[in-house]
Amino acid sequence: MSVMAFLTDSTLCIGCKACEVACKEWNGVGEDGLNWSGFSYDNTGAVGASTWRHVKFVEQAPVPGLGGNAGEQASWTFSSDVCKHCEEAGCLEACPTGSIVRTEFGGVFIQPDVCNGCGYCVTSCPFGVVERNQKDGRAFKCTFCYDRQKVGLQPACAKACPTESIKFGEIGQLRQHAQDRLHELQARGITDAQLYNPAETSVRGTHAMFIVRGDPRSYNLPLAPEVPTVYLQKAWTASALAAGLLLGGTLLAFLFDGKKADRRENR
Amino acid sequence: MSDPVPMPPGETLDLEREDRLDEIRREAEERSQLHATAARPQGAPFPQATPESGYYGIPLLKQPPWTWEIPLYFFVGGAAGAAAVIGAIADYTGADRELVRHARWIAAAGSVISPALLIADLGRPERFLAMLRVFKPQSPMSVGVWTLLGFSSAAAATAFAEFLSDRYGPSLPLRVLENAGQAASLALGLPFSNYTGVLIGATVIPVWNRNVGQLPLHFAASGVGAAVGILELMGHRKSRALQALGLGAAIFETWEGLRIESLSQPHLDPLKYGASGWITRAGGALSGPIPTLLRVAGLFGGKRRSNSLRRWAAWSAIAGSLLTRVAWISAGHVSARDWKLPLQRDAAE
Repeated sequence: MSVMAFLTDSTLCIGCKACEVACKEWNGVGEDGLNWSGFSYDNTGAVGASTWRHVKFVEQAPVPGLGGNAGEQASWTFSSDVCKHCEEAGCLEACPTGSIVRTEFGGVFIQPDVCNGCGYCVTSCPFGVVERNQKDGRAFKCTFCYDRQKVGLQPACAKACPTESIKFGEIGQLRQHAQDRLHELQARGITDAQLYNPAETSVRGTHAMFIVRGDPRSYNLPLAPEVPTVYLQKAWTASALAAGLLLGGTLLAFLFDGKKADRRENR
Repeated sequence: MSDPVPMPPGETLDLEREDRLDEIRREAEERSQLHATAARPQGAPFPQATPESGYYGIPLLKQPPWTWEIPLYFFVGGAAGAAAVIGAIADYTGADRELVRHARWIAAAGSVISPALLIADLGRPERFLAMLRVFKPQSPMSVGVWTLLGFSSAAAATAFAEFLSDRYGPSLPLRVLENAGQAASLALGLPFSNYTGVLIGATVIPVWNRNVGQLPLHFAASGVGAAVGILELMGHRKSRALQALGLGAAIFETWEGLRIESLSQPHLDPLKYGASGWITRAGGALSGPIPTLLRVAGLFGGKRRSNSLRRWAAWSAIAGSLLTRVAWISAGHVSARDWKLPLQRDAAE
């Protein structure tokens, strides 16, 4: 089995939300509000338990020429967000039940029949992807269409994307493709495009990469996401210190307590 | 782009659903075209997504999904763990028998209440046993659950064995059970009283992970304060060892409060401002300076005065410990809603 990945190219995205619809239909994820958030054409604001693909509508300060814009109008880019399927996944490490596993395709998958809804993965995801479903109690996120990959199909979102902004393929090939695409964009004068794949951080890269224009932070993509296992050593050291102090302090307190009762008498 | 479909034997492709995906794609192609030009929207200025504001200031992180059970669990677990340690050491050093018995009862009560609270908070409580499929050293939740399980069994066994030998007379098996249970509840009570600091420290929530080196110590002191307080309310207001432990915990908590107040770092803001800030302050005052002063004042003057002051110190430390746990969880919620920190912090480092 080869290790697969998503490459979501915001320079090709037209904001049609076909990926959101396809994802919901294929995976049976419920509708979660057709209300406008007030932020451009965004409905749901972020990925979550019932939004596994989420199209971001990024309105920025006017850049003449960007997206064919007139100079005085906000520049507008779209990007379909999804679980990053981290190489070093915080949710997977944190899960106490072993429900969250790495699939043979490199994705991070929550086994719904094992998850007991402890919610610890929610506090361990540096991208705010995993969420507990309030009614169901379990944690949910993008499955990387594990069921479809099992039978050799590409994920539903990639299949439904009309502009092939969402690409799915072998991770090495996609990385190469991303570089080629960036060169192509450079040649066309789009110099602010870059690949988002935080490989230099403790997350050690993602299986969902993004080509974005400008600063990734405008897309709520943190520059240095951290997998919480990096805090473990410090935390357990402090825990051992606390245990030592408690043991030592209690021993001292009782050893120097003058009022020792006659233990044998009371027995 | 069509899929190469090497179907495994025995699988059939649901063509209808597969066709539906193609239909969604076609519909998107046809309908998501904007033909209007030069439309000038009214109501400017519109919110913008910038590197400073992130994506319209929508929080990057999700809030912890935990409800009231979890801070209560932290409180009960901390007190029970510390009580088990106090009980065992008191027994080994030959302290008052009644003190040992009471400490064991606190630990035993905690060993019943703690798992109940933890299970109640699960989204699927009936699936608690899924926790016991694996032991994952890299997951503080997994380590904690196993510690809780061991601690609860040991603390309950100790109290049960003591109860039986009091009632039906001592016997060798009961004595073995009591001693083994006590040794195990000491060994496991030590990490159990503070692991919750590790649990919330090793997460992505900024206010928690930035205090990861402090939280276990802070929570241990809070647990000791509460355990000593409960024992004092059960009548052990003459024990100098408990007075010393209570004073030590209160002094540590005073220092912890001063540390939080004196540092001006944005990730500590939820501990200082807003509702979570006031809960932190109230919890800090009740567990730190107030019991410290009451206990020091109790060292001087008559027995009656000392007795009454220690009773107040005990109530204060217990309330402070509970509020402190509530404060840290609610600060975690505020911190998770802060859209600036995860983006800004990364730029700086």
